[in-house]
Amino acid sequence: MTAANDAPAISVEGLTKRFGDRTVVDDLALTVPRGAIYGFLGPNGSGKTTTIRMVCGLLKPDAGRGTALGFDVLTESDRIKERTGYMTQKFSLYEDLSLRENLEFIARLYRLEDVNAGVDGALDKLGLSERAAQLAGSLSGGWKQRLALAACMIHAPDLLLLDEPTAGVDPKARRDFWDEIRRYAREGVTTLISTHYMDEAVQCDSIAYIAYGKKLVDAPTGDIPGFLGLHAWRVRSNDLDAAEEVLRGAPGVELVARFGTELHVAGRDEAALAASVARLRGAGGSAEPMEAGLEEAFIHLMTLSADNYK
Amino acid sequence: MTTAPPSSFAWSRVVAVFLKELVQMRRDRLTFAVMVMMPVMQLLLFGYAINNDPRHLPTAVEVRDDGPMTRSLLASLKASSYFEIVAVARSGAEGDRLLRNGEVVFLIVIPERFEERLVRGERPQILIAADASDPVAAAGPVAALQSIAQTAFAPEFTGALSPLAATLPSYEIIAHRRYNPAGVTAFNIVPGLLGVILTMTMVMITSIALTREIERGTMETLLSTPVRPVEIMLGKTTPYILVGAVQTVLVLIAGHLLFRLPFTGSALTLLAAITLFIAANLMLGYLISTVARTQMQAMQMTFFVFLPSMLLSGFMFPFRAMPAWAQGVGEALPLTHFLRIARAVVLKGAGFDATARELGALGVILAVLTIAALARFRRTL
Repeated sequence: MTAANDAPAISVEGLTKRFGDRTVVDDLALTVPRGAIYGFLGPNGSGKTTTIRMVCGLLKPDAGRGTALGFDVLTESDRIKERTGYMTQKFSLYEDLSLRENLEFIARLYRLEDVNAGVDGALDKLGLSERAAQLAGSLSGGWKQRLALAACMIHAPDLLLLDEPTAGVDPKARRDFWDEIRRYAREGVTTLISTHYMDEAVQCDSIAYIAYGKKLVDAPTGDIPGFLGLHAWRVRSNDLDAAEEVLRGAPGVELVARFGTELHVAGRDEAALAASVARLRGAGGSAEPMEAGLEEAFIHLMTLSADNYK
Repeated sequence: MTTAPPSSFAWSRVVAVFLKELVQMRRDRLTFAVMVMMPVMQLLLFGYAINNDPRHLPTAVEVRDDGPMTRSLLASLKASSYFEIVAVARSGAEGDRLLRNGEVVFLIVIPERFEERLVRGERPQILIAADASDPVAAAGPVAALQSIAQTAFAPEFTGALSPLAATLPSYEIIAHRRYNPAGVTAFNIVPGLLGVILTMTMVMITSIALTREIERGTMETLLSTPVRPVEIMLGKTTPYILVGAVQTVLVLIAGHLLFRLPFTGSALTLLAAITLFIAANLMLGYLISTVARTQMQAMQMTFFVFLPSMLLSGFMFPFRAMPAWAQGVGEALPLTHFLRIARAVVLKGAGFDATARELGALGVILAVLTIAALARFRRTL
């Protein structure tokens, strides 16, 4: 190993990828420290998958350079692949092979010295042992995710690249999945995980938010709300629909979101926001200022950058 | 968990891909059944549709001599299953017309004073004119006429005529192949068929080797592992060498049982040729697989390769009769060289010496295809 162990797990800069005229990833820099769980957020088509693929050598960047696990992403992707587990957004193992056969195949490709022990261990760790002989195609979504995680963990990688691993999975399975991720993090595995779910984002140590291929925010998770300079109010009313109607588009109001029986209203212009909320208070509702949280921050970011699909 | 140190090539990964393909092949029963049934079906279809020993072919006779010997010959002709006498020509011109119009395939002419000259020992000639524009159809009956005549005359050569029997043949059969004097023998078909079947199945099955991974999304997983292109290629094609071997055995056994295919040459030479030929076809299919993006495209490209293989390799039409450019295309096809080797070994009893050039050509084609396939393989999505 030529890499120093205190070097970041991922360190890339100027990463750019174009498909035809469309610049999918634009001059992106990213530094992920070893052992971190790094969240990768952004709307659909914002370039998350493309970035992950460039890091593990599945796509060649048009510009930019960097390292993963100390190896050059442009020239040493074979070495990076040896030490990295990549979980694709869409299930991409063999549906006509059983769970065991899938894992055996992957274990052999990574040249595990004891394939059987490795496969048994992976099956056991993720509670898949009872289903080992079942064909992968017959599994439900949550079990497929587990199998995919088992497959990308089987060679004990140092870096996990997880591309929306919990999309379409029920809440219980998602919680179990995250328990696994945190366990690996404690063992020193670095994780870069892309997600759409707010409750998952808050579990990350740091978050990079990208839209239109550009990185907008990159900070420790706790710093993000303050970083955006958001002010927020909590609004209660007997008629939430009417209140929402009044607030949406009012001066200073950049975000209106429903949380159960209340509305959260946020914006960066403190005075204008306060004035708009005050008008509502006269109309029979109540409002009080609150600390802007991560959720407001992300909804705000998402609103700023609607889906990149045209 | 410990892993072996990194290396640029690992047999263990080739084995991994190989085993995976075997399991998938076993699961995909339909494809497997098609691969086993196709040789047998094609052999039956081609073998019987392109009948190499046709019978009851329409024949005209022009009899210019009437005597017991002639009548005996005519009776034997009628009795033989080869010739169906449908017309009696009264003049040479009429006989030619029947043959040219395609109303008959054969015209048999028994000349004037045939019996008289036969008895005198002057070796009169029986002329058989064949419409050899369908050379396969013409070859068998022409050869059969000799023995038919012999059978017909044998009872007549008794008593004073018995010396004629001793000095057989006391007559001469002159065969005129019209319209295609070169002719092609019937057994050309079965060894050729082996090549055609292998071309079709081997190219087709590997042409979807990579496109199937792409379409099912599994290519992304495969590419994210350290597996090397050459390892994928070897692992994916080797299982089909076994399938090709099964097909070869099936065709040779069926060819022997159904069509009495002779086998005179060196089995080792044939084995070497078949191995090279199967490998070349697998690489051709694999090359297609690196170009095509979908299985549908792969199938279309397979047929794009398959048609010239059928038409320009010498399987359907005599190679030497083709124009120079078509021969050039033909030389680039694995089937062309395999056909030459298979025919030389099976029919002419050839060994390594006589087929070295063709074996070398197969080797060159295999090498070029392998390098092209590896160069085409994209390690990125």
